[in-house]
Amino acid sequence: MFDSMTAETLARMQFAFTVSFHIIFPAFSIGLASYLAVLNGLWLRTRDETYLTLFNYWKKIFAVAFGMGVVSGIVMSYQFGTNWSVFSDKTGPVLGPLMAYEVLSAFFLEAGFLGIMLFGRERVGDKLHMFATAMVAFGTLMSATWILSVNSWMQTPAGYSINELGQFVPEDWWQIVFNPSFPYRLVHMVLAAYLTTALVVGGVGGLHLLRSREDAPARRMFSMAMWMLIVVAPLQIAAGDFHGINTLEHQPAKVMAMEGHYDSHPDGAPLILFGIPNPAEKRIDYAIQIPQASSLILKHEWGAPLDGLDTIPDEDEPPVAIVFWSFRVMVGLGFAMLGLGAWSLLRRMRGRLYEDRWLQRAAIAMGPMGFVAVLAGWVTTEVGRQPFTVYGLLRTSDSLAPVAAPAVAASLLAFIVVYFFVFGAGTFYLLRMMNKPAGTVHLGLKDGPIRTAGITPILQTNPDAIPGE
Amino acid sequence: MFELSFIWAGIIAFAVLTYVVLDGFDLGVGILFPLADGEREKATMMNSIAPIWDGNETWLVLGGGGLFAVFPLAYAVIMPALYMPIILMLLALIFRGVAFEYRWRTERWKPVWDVAFFGGSLVAAFMQGIALGALVQGIEIADRAYAGGWWDWLSLFSVLTGLAVVVGYALLGATWIIMKTEGSLQRQMQNYAWWLGAGTLGFIGVVSIMTPFQDPEYFDRWLNLPGSIFSVLMPGAVLAAAWALFTGLNAGKDNQPFLAAVSIFVLCFIGIGISFYPNIVPPSLTIVEAAAPDKSLRFALVGTVVLVPMILGYTAYAYWVFRGKIDPAEGYH
Repeated sequence: MFDSMTAETLARMQFAFTVSFHIIFPAFSIGLASYLAVLNGLWLRTRDETYLTLFNYWKKIFAVAFGMGVVSGIVMSYQFGTNWSVFSDKTGPVLGPLMAYEVLSAFFLEAGFLGIMLFGRERVGDKLHMFATAMVAFGTLMSATWILSVNSWMQTPAGYSINELGQFVPEDWWQIVFNPSFPYRLVHMVLAAYLTTALVVGGVGGLHLLRSREDAPARRMFSMAMWMLIVVAPLQIAAGDFHGINTLEHQPAKVMAMEGHYDSHPDGAPLILFGIPNPAEKRIDYAIQIPQASSLILKHEWGAPLDGLDTIPDEDEPPVAIVFWSFRVMVGLGFAMLGLGAWSLLRRMRGRLYEDRWLQRAAIAMGPMGFVAVLAGWVTTEVGRQPFTVYGLLRTSDSLAPVAAPAVAASLLAFIVVYFFVFGAGTFYLLRMMNKPAGTVHLGLKDGPIRTAGITPILQTNPDAIPGE
Repeated sequence: MFELSFIWAGIIAFAVLTYVVLDGFDLGVGILFPLADGEREKATMMNSIAPIWDGNETWLVLGGGGLFAVFPLAYAVIMPALYMPIILMLLALIFRGVAFEYRWRTERWKPVWDVAFFGGSLVAAFMQGIALGALVQGIEIADRAYAGGWWDWLSLFSVLTGLAVVVGYALLGATWIIMKTEGSLQRQMQNYAWWLGAGTLGFIGVVSIMTPFQDPEYFDRWLNLPGSIFSVLMPGAVLAAAWALFTGLNAGKDNQPFLAAVSIFVLCFIGIGISFYPNIVPPSLTIVEAAAPDKSLRFALVGTVVLVPMILGYTAYAYWVFRGKIDPAEGYH
């Protein structure tokens, strides 16, 4: 199956495959952890049982998604060494400590408090339980912060020098952690996680509203999700614009590929809406474009000159077609999210938020689109960084471990089989849980143990019970 | 001399030891899982570790991530050298980890996830043991990279260490269940623990006798002064721990067997440390050579000194919240 491929291609495929699977779970759990903290806080403050019902519903879904994130994440922390050992040796002094901080300040925090959040409410009391819930949410955000700092440093390295062994060594930790693209990437990704979660929650809410308009938890989650969309989607589009301008400054070749600008435009560049990249002829075929719009977006100025890929040596060029398409998918979905949010706002102002069937259907259709947008965005930024692992400094081909192609091929095949099997089953279970209304007492087996997730209720009688019912 | 890299070697060693002990009993419970009598005992066994396995496994991430951070060269050499055992261990841990969740989500596929739980635990333990054996054998390095072959990790010695770890983890698991349960399951595990304890001691003996022959340096270390003092002390200490284990089992004690089994693991770990020092990757890569620049070590150390005690604190708290015997009846209603 992989006979004709080099170890490098296979190792890249393996990394792309495993990291793509992995990012789906954190993208969901970062947002969901915050949502759970909000739900629990609202329950404690208002004692409105709809919030508690929603908390208990989503925490079980969270637990399954979180478990999948943990096991797929462990693979990542070892893959740097198995397949990219030269990269590890060279960047370890700079990136290693950041990752160690992620483990120490985020992973342990999440793992330590998850159990108490899921099943400890009656054992530790409301206040400590709220604290644990907040710690889990805080942990997911800390994790995002550190790993995005690592990724951003690979995109826009700063604060380093290179020693006689060819290793990157730290000079200024502040510059390393807060490297030029980090703040933009962090904001963009955290907002993306919030949007992704809002879309899932909105889709599930829409599904149950379609079945019953009087379903109180469904109404509440649908309303919360639609508020989230209309607030966050515009912020995200603005954040994306800032991020793009930052990328133009530090990684111009990536922006050229995103825009499909093979040629330089000294008198202002057009915005290519659609077209077919033709790498052989170095042009975009059948381009539909708006004159000057690209200069307006990127430089905020009419007629501003923009360089094209003709200014970049061929061997430093990222694969244009992939970046061009993935970028359009991401942006298109971003505007679709904004559209859904705006639609819901109009319906809400007329007092018909829960009545519009087509709005609910649209919310269901958009339910998984956050994941698609997140993946498309990561493809854009990661493929756009090629052919480097550390932008401009360390080539991907010079980062590889001394691995033989058959070994990588075998492990890649194993990962593909195992991931589709294991995470396919997990996704099926998640969807089955979401398919049940939030008021369902048991999301698991009818007569099974009352544990739905990582934690056992040892003394607790029934975590599904709603006090006062 | 004050050497940051030695402090870090100690921290990494602590993380790995913590992982081995904590996830050791988790994996051991998984290895013993098929021996459970019926659904109720299965549920009890799994529930005894369900609240804590995730935190326990995080020490493995710290071991890997920490190695990358402070000994990037060791990380860059060990991972390709142990490519297959590491990948198989990761895949096995995936099956083991998701089984905790999935098992309760389906009736039809429950047996599948039960097998995944057992198989994942068994393979992960075996691969960790093989990785240990391959590391003790030594890893060939040239030009800051692994220079050996793809099957170097596989040998009689590494298979033996693999089996040793499987049996040892099963001992930890059995003694953990003794501590967390009562009644027939506890009695059953007391019986298993006796045999597993004997097996563990047997493997320790064989591996200890073979180890000096893996590398002349080990031979010198253990059979000449001052190292030969340890050659007398260590077996004595292991025998003392074994005595505590068996008397505890015979007396039907709850906690003593587990603590004794953990002591055996700690002693073996110290023994491996004596063999390795001052190398981090035998036979030739030293702790100092593999270390990242002091600036990296210092930056990472600042946070570690603050965060690790906090982690130990809230981890202990989480164990305390879920303390006591598991009552199987309370898993149902």
